[in-house]
Amino acid sequence: MIVVIDYCVGNVKSVCNALKFIGCENKLTNDPDKIRAADGVILPGVAAFGFAMNELGKTADVVKEVACAGKPMLGICSGYQILFESSSELGKHDGLGLIKGEIIPLPDNVTVPHMGWNNVELPSGMQLFDGLRKTEHFYFAHSFHAKPTDENIKIAYTDYDKPVVASVQKNNIFGVQFHPEKSGDIGMEVLKNFEKICKGDRK
Amino acid sequence: MLTKRIIPCLDVKDNRVVKGVNFLNLRDAGDPVELGKKYSDEGADELVFLDITATIRKNKTIVELVERVAENVFIPFTVGGGVTSADEIDILLRSGAEKVSINTAAVVNPAVLSESADRFGAQCVVLAIDSKRNKETGRHMVHLKGGTEPTEIDTIEWAIKAEKLGAGEILLTSMDADGTKAGYDIELTSAIADAVNIPVIASGGAGEMSTFKDAIIDGKADAVLAASVFHYGQYTIRETKEYLAKEGIAVRL
Repeated sequence: MIVVIDYCVGNVKSVCNALKFIGCENKLTNDPDKIRAADGVILPGVAAFGFAMNELGKTADVVKEVACAGKPMLGICSGYQILFESSSELGKHDGLGLIKGEIIPLPDNVTVPHMGWNNVELPSGMQLFDGLRKTEHFYFAHSFHAKPTDENIKIAYTDYDKPVVASVQKNNIFGVQFHPEKSGDIGMEVLKNFEKICKGDRK
Repeated sequence: MLTKRIIPCLDVKDNRVVKGVNFLNLRDAGDPVELGKKYSDEGADELVFLDITATIRKNKTIVELVERVAENVFIPFTVGGGVTSADEIDILLRSGAEKVSINTAAVVNPAVLSESADRFGAQCVVLAIDSKRNKETGRHMVHLKGGTEPTEIDTIEWAIKAEKLGAGEILLTSMDADGTKAGYDIELTSAIADAVNIPVIASGGAGEMSTFKDAIIDGKADAVLAASVFHYGQYTIRETKEYLAKEGIAVRL
């Protein structure tokens, strides 16, 4: 069972629809006991950073607790951004701090938001991308991006004038700036890989 | 490299997809759930659902229809039609939309753009503009309420203002070109694309496949939206993308 954290930040339903489509048992909730009992946790998100953290509220503690205890966790878009320490989106906000780094605006020489399908270079060894080609298209929709400073992470990049972080992995913690639930067949493969990780089929 | 998006549009009325010419003479084009699934499976880059009766606010069955379409759509899904507030956007996002388009309400109450962007992020807020050229002055003017109500607002000035207020994307429909299959309004599209730094979706006028290329290259559109040509099977999404790739335009194949 994968728990999708329910915290009033937009497209939670899309994530559940995609999990249902790939046949992955899931539950939309913010009940601490269910989060603790889950095989894995997804932090979805279509929201401004500060609003997302605020809506997450006390659930943030249990999310941090299970992440630190080694439960597989996948942050998507804003749910990925709040894995980091802080953001400068609409004022300075603290994140969950599970991965070192901050969220900063995209440069102003490119069209912002970065919206649409972009190629991601997928390095080998990132479990979310097992079985995929070296580059794949994913759907992005964001105005801010992560600048990780954590030394213990694996990173996949997309190219938007300059390299932009598209995905990170720090042990059991996974994050994607793009929306796998809205990236067609390839996105479904990413979610299937996360399900496998949650079921313990880890290499 | 960011690819150019091909976006089929479902204009929905009484739970059916319909399509007209210049916003008039609607005819049936199919079931929204079936068409949505078909386009998602066929490789469309996004799907737009517009309730052309603008009743989302007061009509629960429309929200249920959005949910049913979303269940089968694994590409970005934009919904609009009579949306007036951030709370209504929240309902649609929770029903499976990624983005919500606002049209008339943004003109009546521009603060709805900034409130929504603060809450959901600008990438979620699409400003839809229905624009018609004033034959006497030559200026492109914003029209409201499904194109039925002219205003004194210049389309280009409105786009610039809306970007500042928090719109993350502009869905620009030329009422003059809509449904004519005679090509997108290149002059208007490129003028808007030059004036703002957010993505612009060209809408209205898709015909031969070359009209997509023209909107992207000459019109500088980030995405092209079409309805009739796909609904009635003039060609498929895949054929459109293969054509554009051959013309040197980056698309997702």
